[in-house]
Amino acid sequence: MSQPALTAQDIQRALIRIAHEILERNKGADNLALVGIRTRGVPLAQRLIEQIKIIEGVEVPLGLLDITLYRDDVATGKQNPVLKKTDIPFAITEKTIVLVDDVLFTGRTIRAAIDELMDFGRPAGVQLAVLIDRGHRELPIRADFVGKNLPTSRDMRVQVQLAENDDTDQVILEKRVIDKGLNKRKED
Amino acid sequence: MPFPHKDLLGIGQLSKDDILTILDATESFKEISTRPIKKVPTLRGRTIVNLFFEPSTRTRTSFEIAGKRLSADVINVTGSTSSVTKGESLLDTAYNLEAMNPDILVVRHSASGVPHMLAQKINCSVINAGDGAHEHPTQALLDLATIREHKENFDGLKVAIVGDITHSRVARSNILAMKTLGMTVTVVGPPTLIPVGMESLGVRVSHNLEEAIADADVIMMLRIQEERHNQTSFPSLREYSILFGLTAEKLKKAKEDVIILHPGPVNRGVEISPDVIESGHCLILNQVNNGVAVRMTLMYLLLGGADENPN
Repeated sequence: MSQPALTAQDIQRALIRIAHEILERNKGADNLALVGIRTRGVPLAQRLIEQIKIIEGVEVPLGLLDITLYRDDVATGKQNPVLKKTDIPFAITEKTIVLVDDVLFTGRTIRAAIDELMDFGRPAGVQLAVLIDRGHRELPIRADFVGKNLPTSRDMRVQVQLAENDDTDQVILEKRVIDKGLNKRKED
Repeated sequence: MPFPHKDLLGIGQLSKDDILTILDATESFKEISTRPIKKVPTLRGRTIVNLFFEPSTRTRTSFEIAGKRLSADVINVTGSTSSVTKGESLLDTAYNLEAMNPDILVVRHSASGVPHMLAQKINCSVINAGDGAHEHPTQALLDLATIREHKENFDGLKVAIVGDITHSRVARSNILAMKTLGMTVTVVGPPTLIPVGMESLGVRVSHNLEEAIADADVIMMLRIQEERHNQTSFPSLREYSILFGLTAEKLKKAKEDVIILHPGPVNRGVEISPDVIESGHCLILNQVNNGVAVRMTLMYLLLGGADENPN
């Protein structure tokens, strides 16, 4: 296996820094809420909330977003994704929402997430925090808080593994395995 | 794993995994109907035609709402207002509708097998919304979704299905689904309303309501479908009601945590008494609520969702 692009410690440091940046940008945790994009945005958002609590002593609310139904490539693939529930247990109107995801790539996931979020109300503002920005944007979207910029080629795959889902914390860069060409994945 | 079906013609075509896939997704789709904006853009630009040759309030409205909450365009065609009344054949009607490029045709018809026949002749997906006395798969799935919300496990649950089994497509779809999921089913009713050879489906037959509901976890009451009876199957509705109608008094013999389902429309005071409907055991409106989510799920799955997100 190749050397991890980020180790557990790198991830931890990046998240602590992002938590500070979020608080700095928003002048505290008032009116703030974090929304994790399923699947791996959720544990990242939870960790950021823990950090914010340590720094500021405030526990900001957590929302979960499943963007499957807002994707722009429904029915272009042959697979049905496992649908998970969207759960926003607070009113988002007038709140500053920080969307959290693991990898920012084409920007299409974030487009879908913003669309879905807007169906829940009118937030005061939406910011974006990602662990990895790997470039190759297809939409005019940028992250407000980035753990690490990771230059990649398109045929590479960035795998974020988090203890909550994968037993270990690390980010791996690997060559994509093209499965027979037919099932070429549409990227987000 | 892709959902391996183009059409939903009956429960008979579904594996246990298929059923559980549908029920899992249903829980997610249910959340959409609780949002301030009850709509997701998933099926934007898709067209769904409801072709109903039998009266229906619940099922037709439910399919229409389900399609609209997924942003599909939904068109309703009913038998009495269609060109069928001018002598056009069913197949010609379907061909003409197909020429307008719908993505899903939802069909209800009084003749068994109509959705199967149409599915062979036309290219779009077909959903069976009830065909004669054959199957009503979306009803069975919404019943299962409702049971799942109140019972931990399907495996080993005891179900009593009571009433007009002969004419009930709901009973047939439910029996198939429940047997697939490992539930024990007893059908209850007068001998004239239970087909001979019912045991071949793996169910127990009883002619005594109180005995049959004593150990049931789920009681499913069915309507007497008078419109389908071409001969008298019992002396009078009154007598039927006394013997097979579910009342609060008879319910005392059942388990404390029994749940009661009814596919609707209800004939109050015939198969089920008003005090039972008002009791906490009765989940008729939960069934209707789950119906929208189940139908959203099926539309989504049949039209093939998206790839899994690689990042």
